[in-house]
Amino acid sequence: MKLHPRYTQIGAISLLVIATLITLAILVFIIAFVLGRGLLYVNADFLFSNPEDMGRAGGIFPTLIGTIILPLLALLIATPLGVGTSIYLTEYTRESRVTRIIRFGADCLAGIPSIIFGLFGYIFFVTTLKMGWSIISGGLTLAFMILPTLIRTSEEAIKAVPNSYREVSFSLGATRWQTVRKVVLPNALPGIVTGIMLSVGRSIGETAAVIFTAGSSLKLPGSIFDSVRTMSVHFYVLAREGISNENAYATAAVLVISILSINLVSYWIMNRFIASKLK
Amino acid sequence: MDGMNKICISNLNVFWNRVQALSSINLKVPANKILGIIGPSGSGKTVFLRSLNRLNDLIPEIRIEGRILLDNQDIYHPEFDPVELRKRVGIVFALPIPLPMSIYDNIVFGPMLSGVSKKSVLDMLVERSLKSSFLWDEVKDRLKTSAMRLSGGQQQRLCLARVLAMEPEVILLDEPCSGLDPISTAEIEHALTVLKKDYTIILVTNNTKQAARIADNTAFFLMSEMVEIGPTDTIFTVPCDSRTNDYITGRFG
Amino acid sequence: MKIFSEMAIRRVLTGIAFSAIAMLILIILFILKEGLPFIFQIGPGNFLLSSDWSPLNGKFGIFAMIVGSLWVTAGALFIGLPLGLAGAIFLAEFLPRWAMRIIKPTIELLAGIPSVVYGFIGVMVLAPIIRDSLGGPGLSIMAASIILGVMILPTILSISIDSIKAVPNSYREGSFALGATHWQTIHMAVLPAAKSGIIAGIILGLGRAIGETMAVIMVVGNAAKIPASVLDSARPLTANIALEMGYATGMHRQALFATGVVLLIIIMMLNFAANTAIKNMVKK
Repeated sequence: MKLHPRYTQIGAISLLVIATLITLAILVFIIAFVLGRGLLYVNADFLFSNPEDMGRAGGIFPTLIGTIILPLLALLIATPLGVGTSIYLTEYTRESRVTRIIRFGADCLAGIPSIIFGLFGYIFFVTTLKMGWSIISGGLTLAFMILPTLIRTSEEAIKAVPNSYREVSFSLGATRWQTVRKVVLPNALPGIVTGIMLSVGRSIGETAAVIFTAGSSLKLPGSIFDSVRTMSVHFYVLAREGISNENAYATAAVLVISILSINLVSYWIMNRFIASKLK
Repeated sequence: MDGMNKICISNLNVFWNRVQALSSINLKVPANKILGIIGPSGSGKTVFLRSLNRLNDLIPEIRIEGRILLDNQDIYHPEFDPVELRKRVGIVFALPIPLPMSIYDNIVFGPMLSGVSKKSVLDMLVERSLKSSFLWDEVKDRLKTSAMRLSGGQQQRLCLARVLAMEPEVILLDEPCSGLDPISTAEIEHALTVLKKDYTIILVTNNTKQAARIADNTAFFLMSEMVEIGPTDTIFTVPCDSRTNDYITGRFG
Repeated sequence: MKIFSEMAIRRVLTGIAFSAIAMLILIILFILKEGLPFIFQIGPGNFLLSSDWSPLNGKFGIFAMIVGSLWVTAGALFIGLPLGLAGAIFLAEFLPRWAMRIIKPTIELLAGIPSVVYGFIGVMVLAPIIRDSLGGPGLSIMAASIILGVMILPTILSISIDSIKAVPNSYREGSFALGATHWQTIHMAVLPAAKSGIIAGIILGLGRAIGETMAVIMVVGNAAKIPASVLDSARPLTANIALEMGYATGMHRQALFATGVVLLIIIMMLNFAANTAIKNMVKK
């Protein structure tokens, strides 16, 4: 028996709706679960005091510092490289074998699992270059990891700038670099910022690559050659070794909130920028 | 006679990949006059215009042969800096393209590239070029608002003012009125007739009547070739070539 | 002077542009340098096909880990693919623009949630449910599959949505004009056109599932033996590296890098496949 198209349509659409609802429900559940269990324990004292007894008691202040400084260092290294690469690909060259190789390299880099970055960072920065488990080793490793995201998002953003703007700029006597600096980059900025925010999010959440390069010291770092523990690593250690579920939940809540707010901020920047252009 | 010619073009050939977009153009552009270029779309007018300030350099598919002299200097000579050329030869595109910044910033864009940074000089340039393009009275109170909020006709006059602020010698206009209503068109045309005192103007237009109204000389392009050139009166009354006559009287194109 | 600085800028940018490929080569070289000699020393057959892993006794067979990775990845796909695909079709085809503007950032947000958080939820919520209702240790292939399935959802969703949205509207109009229902239009006109993009999304999701480490370690149980069922514990390649890297030395450490080599090769093959799929999409 063949069903009438209308019934297959109703059936198919109800399945689609159910699947979508399940998906959304899972997502909402994850966020709600973490925040629901963890927020109770989060307060200023938790954020700004040092951990005691391996994290069984006390706060997470050193890991907060680690979580800020590692992604920051990674961005400082990777942003010029990423934006520079995308400028080269879009403004300074034509599609050719060279650009294809560069793009392929970035795509491959994007697909490499974080544990491989961890292995590499360990053998290259920590051991071969003798930087030890340190902020600098971790930051460099993270920079390698976020570079492809930065390249791809900035390239998209730069490509979206209308070509006519470039022509106008050239026709007014601008050199290529002046055109890039005064017309292309300002107009691509929101897209580039979004890419940076995505990379920050990824760096904050990263564990495997960080634990083998930055180590997991719970002390406050004195310089970038000291080991540091990020919130993600701290959370992993707390949860995996069963040190303290309470503090694990609380740390997870802080992590999720940071990621949430980074996303919101980048969204806000984006919208504000679009709105300001239409004014 | 040669001393009064601003631009001399000899044997100009332009290829788009393998296709010939312009073939053996020979043309002299007299200074302080308006040269109108008419012809059906696809006849190579725009490519011709963009060859004059080397904007075609940006399109890798385009190859150019022949010589273009600006004040007796070969602009395609390897030593000739295209950036300097574009400061001397400004262009207004068919569609108004204000950059997404304020009216003021649009106009000072060119001067600031050349290193002008003194506020008083910039202010003076803004006022003078906006007055020359007859836009000053309409925008003088909102110079800091976005140029995107101007009407189409205002935007096109802004683009003209932007070119004037560079203090060029030659102004190229690529169908500047194609998107505009008759009133805006009249305003632009009026501005051009005043401006020709100080500039050499080349006006590409789809509107033959516009050429008849304001051009001193008119050239007719057809299928990658220049059919003929002469004083506008002659071209529009007793053209040498029957194809010119056919085009002007509207038998094709 | 100006021309000179323009030249300098061009040179610098050209140099920078090769940074990504330089990094890639550096990573591959160093992983290979540490891992390959070991593989040849004990023989590729012994390394890949033996399931005896006891580093203290000098036994380094990773067959059980390869099987573990395959199980977990297949399981993740089993969970993530239907949900992701159905979600993408529904969101891209039936949702109004304004709703998309809320859903899309939510999906991106999910991609940003740290993997350790997913793992933790697996341990605290999922594993007990599986243990109590289906038996076994709870920390199992099934738990890992579900967690990974959810983790790869954002990847599959966002790439599939993009490729469905990229199908020209004229296809839909053409199909509607021939009297097709919306569902017929989707599965006969839209999905075939969006196929390569969707496949690319699936392959990238696959890569993410194979490469995921921390979440998997937390929920998969990590027993270094060939699993008998989905309720059994397993140890994927990534888990093997991360678990023992902290204290491994000498041969043992080399064995972990060799595990990394195997992982890298699998990932590279997947990347190649995804790239080909994306190229096909562009061609159309």
